[in-house]
Amino acid sequence: MADRVIYAMYDDDDVLKDSAKKLVAEGVHISDVFSPFPIHGIDPIIGVKHTRLGIVAFMFGLLGMTLAVVGFKFFMIVDWPMNIGGKPNFTLLQNFPAFVPITFELTVLFAAHGMAITYLIRNKTLPGMPADNPYPSTTDDRFVMEIRLSENSKFSGTELQAKIKETDIIEIEEKDYVVVK
Amino acid sequence: MEFQISAKAKKTIFGVIGVGLVAFIIGIFQNSETPQLPTRILSNFLVDGLFFMGIALGALFFLALQYATETGWSVAIKRVVEGVSSYVVVGAIILVVLFLVLTFTDGGWFGALTNHGHHTGHIYAWMDPVVVEHDTIIQNKAPFLTKGFFWGVTVLYLGVYVLFYKGFRKRSLQEDLEGGTKIHFKNFAKGALFLVLFGYFSSTSSWHWIMSVDAHWFSTLYGWYVFGGMWCTAMTTIMLLILYLKKKGHLQAVNDSHIHDVGKWIFATSFLWSYLFFSQFMLYWYADIPEEVIYYVTRIENYKLIFWGMFMINFIIPMLILMSRDAKRNAGILMFVCLVIILGHWADVFMLVMPGTMGEFGNIGFLEIGLFMVFAGLFTYTVLTTISKAPLMPKNHPYLDESKHHDI
Repeated sequence: MADRVIYAMYDDDDVLKDSAKKLVAEGVHISDVFSPFPIHGIDPIIGVKHTRLGIVAFMFGLLGMTLAVVGFKFFMIVDWPMNIGGKPNFTLLQNFPAFVPITFELTVLFAAHGMAITYLIRNKTLPGMPADNPYPSTTDDRFVMEIRLSENSKFSGTELQAKIKETDIIEIEEKDYVVVK
Repeated sequence: MEFQISAKAKKTIFGVIGVGLVAFIIGIFQNSETPQLPTRILSNFLVDGLFFMGIALGALFFLALQYATETGWSVAIKRVVEGVSSYVVVGAIILVVLFLVLTFTDGGWFGALTNHGHHTGHIYAWMDPVVVEHDTIIQNKAPFLTKGFFWGVTVLYLGVYVLFYKGFRKRSLQEDLEGGTKIHFKNFAKGALFLVLFGYFSSTSSWHWIMSVDAHWFSTLYGWYVFGGMWCTAMTTIMLLILYLKKKGHLQAVNDSHIHDVGKWIFATSFLWSYLFFSQFMLYWYADIPEEVIYYVTRIENYKLIFWGMFMINFIIPMLILMSRDAKRNAGILMFVCLVIILGHWADVFMLVMPGTMGEFGNIGFLEIGLFMVFAGLFTYTVLTTISKAPLMPKNHPYLDESKHHDI
């Protein structure tokens, strides 16, 4: 049987947050929330894990730093030693202060770009990717909760709908769950 | 529930001061044979006097910054910041006494002569007319490096710091009683004014008080560098105090998010300091002009371990340990990092003063550790006394509610 999903629409982020709190307390699992802006404090309510983007940024930073060190070691020390102002040009360590700015720049460049690109890929929002937003109005002034039946095996579809209808919704819809891409 | 200094805490503080005094006296006897002893004692007073004054000034600056930016989250820790900055009064008195001694001994000259009959062993060589007579570089720095100008601006700096501290504190306590927004906007204006004044004074006072130890040398970045260290140490001290008070069951409104934010400040100001350290170092290293690079040559040749060690401690430890979000919310990790980088920044102030006054003879022994303990005990006692005098949670601050619900 295909997975069914219930979409509950709200017109205020605070109302959605309170409703989510109530539903979670009753044992409902909320898969996702679609909103035009980040709703502060919604993550712990619906049980979204803390992002690991910071770790990615750190690893990209390390990559950038390594590339910088390997790069200037080869360019400036091994391949073509340059005598600049009489600085010791045959050792990496003694020359290091001169290379710190470039190391810093490459670290920042890689961390920032790597983090941004990873974010876009992970969210499937790279330029040109099709939107998988179930309701385009959630990019404007509507807030939608996604509740999948397969993740709430305790309740039947009608039970869930009844629970959700107790909150201040403006629209509710149950349909087959479709993964857009 | 008001905070009171417990009998045990008092005993610990006085114990630290006592042990410090004993160590200091042992240090004096140990070195009584060396001709550098008077210079060493005075240098130590300058190091510790400036280091702890720097913590208080960093906190005062942070307080003014919160007022001027009308920051909401920090209201819950406001009394802690006020407590740390309350040391400016004691610190100012200590510095005035020290500067008086230095002025009347012509910059700390106690009759030490080189083989050629020159005066040596000064803290501020430019205060000695015998030295200045033959020194055109210092002569050209007049009137900046003269006793009269030094005292004029020193009184101005210290007066402004103490007056602003008293004003902030008075209005903060008044707000508890009166409420309203009148005091808030007054604090806003005064905070902004203090930032402007401190922007100038933090630089110029560090030139007068610290950079003039190496009177021939100068750095245009110096004030910022000293300020970066002050700010970082202040945030570290504030963090330690918050952790201590929370452990004692106070500051219940201060949650993980507040602590996380102070942790971010420690992380950020550590980077600020490291960035300024390196900016100053690299330019002199790269240009390699003898009269400039001598500053680093004396430090690296005679104090290699302390010089690089304190840079590593103050840069690498906060960077690697405090980078993750969880670490900034973990009291144990924070406590460790804070204690280590406070010592690191003390070593930084040591590096600012000692190589200039003691040359190759400076060292960290009983004398240094003892005097540091005395000052640390005095500082802690002053701060805790101030904190015990007012409720730890401000009332009627317009952003108090925002701070109580701070969540990141």
